[in-house]
Amino acid sequence: MTPRAEEIVYPTEAGLYCAPGDFHIDPLRPVARALVTHGHSDHARPGHGAVMATRQTLDIMAIRLGESFAASRQIADGPTRIGDVTVSFHPAGHVLGSAQILITPDRGPRILVSGDYCRTPNPVCLPWEPVACDVFITEATFGLPVFRHPDPRTEAGRLVASMAEFPDRPHLVGVYPLGKAQRVIALARAAGHDAPIAIHGALKRLCDYHAEQGIDLGPLVPATDPGEAQLVLAPPSAFASPWVQRFRDPVLSYASGWMTVRARARQRGVELPLVISDHVDWPQLTATIRDLGPQEVWITHGTEDGLMRWCEIEGIPSRPLRLVGYEDEPE
Amino acid sequence: MKAFARLLERLAFTPGRNAKLTILSHYFRDTPDPDRGYALAVLTGTLDLRQVSPSLLKRLASERVDEQLFRLSYDFVGDLAETIALIWPDEAEADAGVSVAQAVTLLRGTGKIALPGVIADLLDRLTPPERLALLKLATGNLRVGVSARLARMALAMDTPRSADEIGEIWHGLEPPFLPLFAWIAGGPRPDAAEAPFRPVMLSTPVTPEDLAPLSPGDYLAEWKWDGIRVQAVAEGGLRKLYSRTGEEIGAAFPDIIEDMTWQGAVDGELLIRRDDAVAPFADLQKRLGRKQVGRAMLQSHPAALRLYDILTWEGEDLRALPLQERRERLEAARFDSPRIDLSPLLPFASWDDLAALRAAPHAPVIEGVMIKRRDAPYIAGRPRGPWFKWKRDPMVVDAVLLYAQSGHGKRSGFYSDFTFGLWDGEDLVPVGKAYFGFTDEELRELDRFVRRNTVQRFGPVRQLAPSLVVEVAFEGLNASPRHRSGLAMRFPRISRIRWDKPAGEADHLATLKAML
Repeated sequence: MTPRAEEIVYPTEAGLYCAPGDFHIDPLRPVARALVTHGHSDHARPGHGAVMATRQTLDIMAIRLGESFAASRQIADGPTRIGDVTVSFHPAGHVLGSAQILITPDRGPRILVSGDYCRTPNPVCLPWEPVACDVFITEATFGLPVFRHPDPRTEAGRLVASMAEFPDRPHLVGVYPLGKAQRVIALARAAGHDAPIAIHGALKRLCDYHAEQGIDLGPLVPATDPGEAQLVLAPPSAFASPWVQRFRDPVLSYASGWMTVRARARQRGVELPLVISDHVDWPQLTATIRDLGPQEVWITHGTEDGLMRWCEIEGIPSRPLRLVGYEDEPE
Repeated sequence: MKAFARLLERLAFTPGRNAKLTILSHYFRDTPDPDRGYALAVLTGTLDLRQVSPSLLKRLASERVDEQLFRLSYDFVGDLAETIALIWPDEAEADAGVSVAQAVTLLRGTGKIALPGVIADLLDRLTPPERLALLKLATGNLRVGVSARLARMALAMDTPRSADEIGEIWHGLEPPFLPLFAWIAGGPRPDAAEAPFRPVMLSTPVTPEDLAPLSPGDYLAEWKWDGIRVQAVAEGGLRKLYSRTGEEIGAAFPDIIEDMTWQGAVDGELLIRRDDAVAPFADLQKRLGRKQVGRAMLQSHPAALRLYDILTWEGEDLRALPLQERRERLEAARFDSPRIDLSPLLPFASWDDLAALRAAPHAPVIEGVMIKRRDAPYIAGRPRGPWFKWKRDPMVVDAVLLYAQSGHGKRSGFYSDFTFGLWDGEDLVPVGKAYFGFTDEELRELDRFVRRNTVQRFGPVRQLAPSLVVEVAFEGLNASPRHRSGLAMRFPRISRIRWDKPAGEADHLATLKAML
């Protein structure tokens, strides 16, 4: 009898589990075998036996978690046999090294675990690729029709315009260290900001790594000694610490898809909210489901009620996995 | 509409006054007529377009968006106009563009029945930030913190005109104020307005040490009333009541307007007065900000004017005259209304005499004394020297810091907004918030204290271990059912940090209640 999708992949306490392959995907706690979609800390955790991920995700895990983050590691390279399934990694367009994982059982439906993904062109990583599948497992971070992210180049233009309008005020942009930091730098460069950009210490190693991977970020200086740098990037948590006191009359900014909603921006005390997201927005999310035409949609985390309602209207079976432990948009 | 939408967004997120000024002045500089004029009118509330109700907006949205998706979205966003701006389906013609002038003209010229169609059509032609700007425009709910005064200052920035001159010209003109902008740019001065607002003269605080070297004989003194400073202008058949920033507030005070039977512009305090008894500020507050006032309110809270200066009279501009002469002209003028009287001059021969009067005013609604140089002309703005305010000593309590929140702009990263409380039995009850009163050095010390004594966090707010006592000074106290303590302080600030005082020795709520 052909196994059903629910028998091949299902949620467990440790996260999403593939039974015929005996591995977890982005497990939330240490497991024997883990496949990791990307290097954000809520998806890539330490302490697993064996980890398979893209070369860049493995590099990033080593940088963030230390060389001994897992007992063994394997670079995902082409279709690979694990137990009774074949797995393959495909670019997700989310951050450097990010991948969607396609699980093809010998018999039964093809299941695509998209991880976090984004379809807006991003200069710091490979673009998202459509992957044919029968069951599409998606995030729904921005799973409501109010989330329509503007062109990130427009947002970068607003940042550059504000720096020109307030030339004496440093602009502090809250970014998480993997992905958003480098993307905001690349966007600022593309918007014509050639001057050195100051970065918080927590961003340094990952910015260095992007440069090593051939992504040109231009001149970066430490925020502790910013010189003339008017643009300063830091993890948002730094804004609540005494670290921020070194800057005189700063314009606080934050780059995130949540900045669409004013109340969110106000909660953070942000003066210049920038809607720059590494996740699909609502039009992209719904277009992806239409493009892929899966028989079923499973939703890992986010605002699943909205997406489920949309699937209902479209006549596509959907169900929530309610995986707990993934942050909406982590630092 | 794009530039206007951007302006509203920046203003909404910019707490600093100087930064607001910069943003506004750049907008006025870079935006062509007539859009900037309509924007000015909308920002300062002189163009009332309020005709779109929340229920109309909901109905429009329900025609375009699945009801359940809309409800989920509204729950998440929390603001109706914002939800609709974001959720409205993008149409191909969004790039066609709509100017502020077009939007205002359409909103003003459309009747109730055609309005939903017109708004839906406009929304189709706009991008999400512009949709929000349009909906805020249509619902009259801008909330960007721009006063008429701030707008005048922004208009004057980097131009040959002053904010005060602009204030005088502005009041005679209609949106979109084309002659005003032309004049600001160096063009001819528009004709004088009818019954215009004249920028007011303001006072500076003074201490006994400042007064000591001055000669009491050079000054007049009056009570400082705890009402609202107003300018009442009756000229050329028009009657206007202006706040001290030039906002028109006459609609809320028809009883005053009715009695303005003279020709001239006078300066004084707006109060609630029942026979001879002046009511506390809280009574006046009930009548402020209204579009209209009911008969019952007019009877229970009758307004009165108490005058202390005269700017023009029967066509003559008196502002260049010394105060002494203006006072004589004021006393000679006839007002013919029991609701209008003069603020009496206080008899004093020495500063000690005045100090004694200030210490024991005959009415609680007196905030202190005003001291004005006899030979000073009426000068717009806040010149230091001719007019002083010598307020009563503030009330103080020793309170315990309970919560802290970080500030904005220059105070970014510093915990500078404090909630404090008083003992009520075994509990500490929050009684108010203070944002200032401390020095920069004290701010750093308070910030360190907050970081070391946080017991819990709620988003941006930190709950503190109740251990630090601060002396809180305030100018007055009102009963307030909306506050848990039942009291609301006016103008509270931290006047001293009592590092030495144990929290258990802070004041009790009963002490504060006794001050009421």
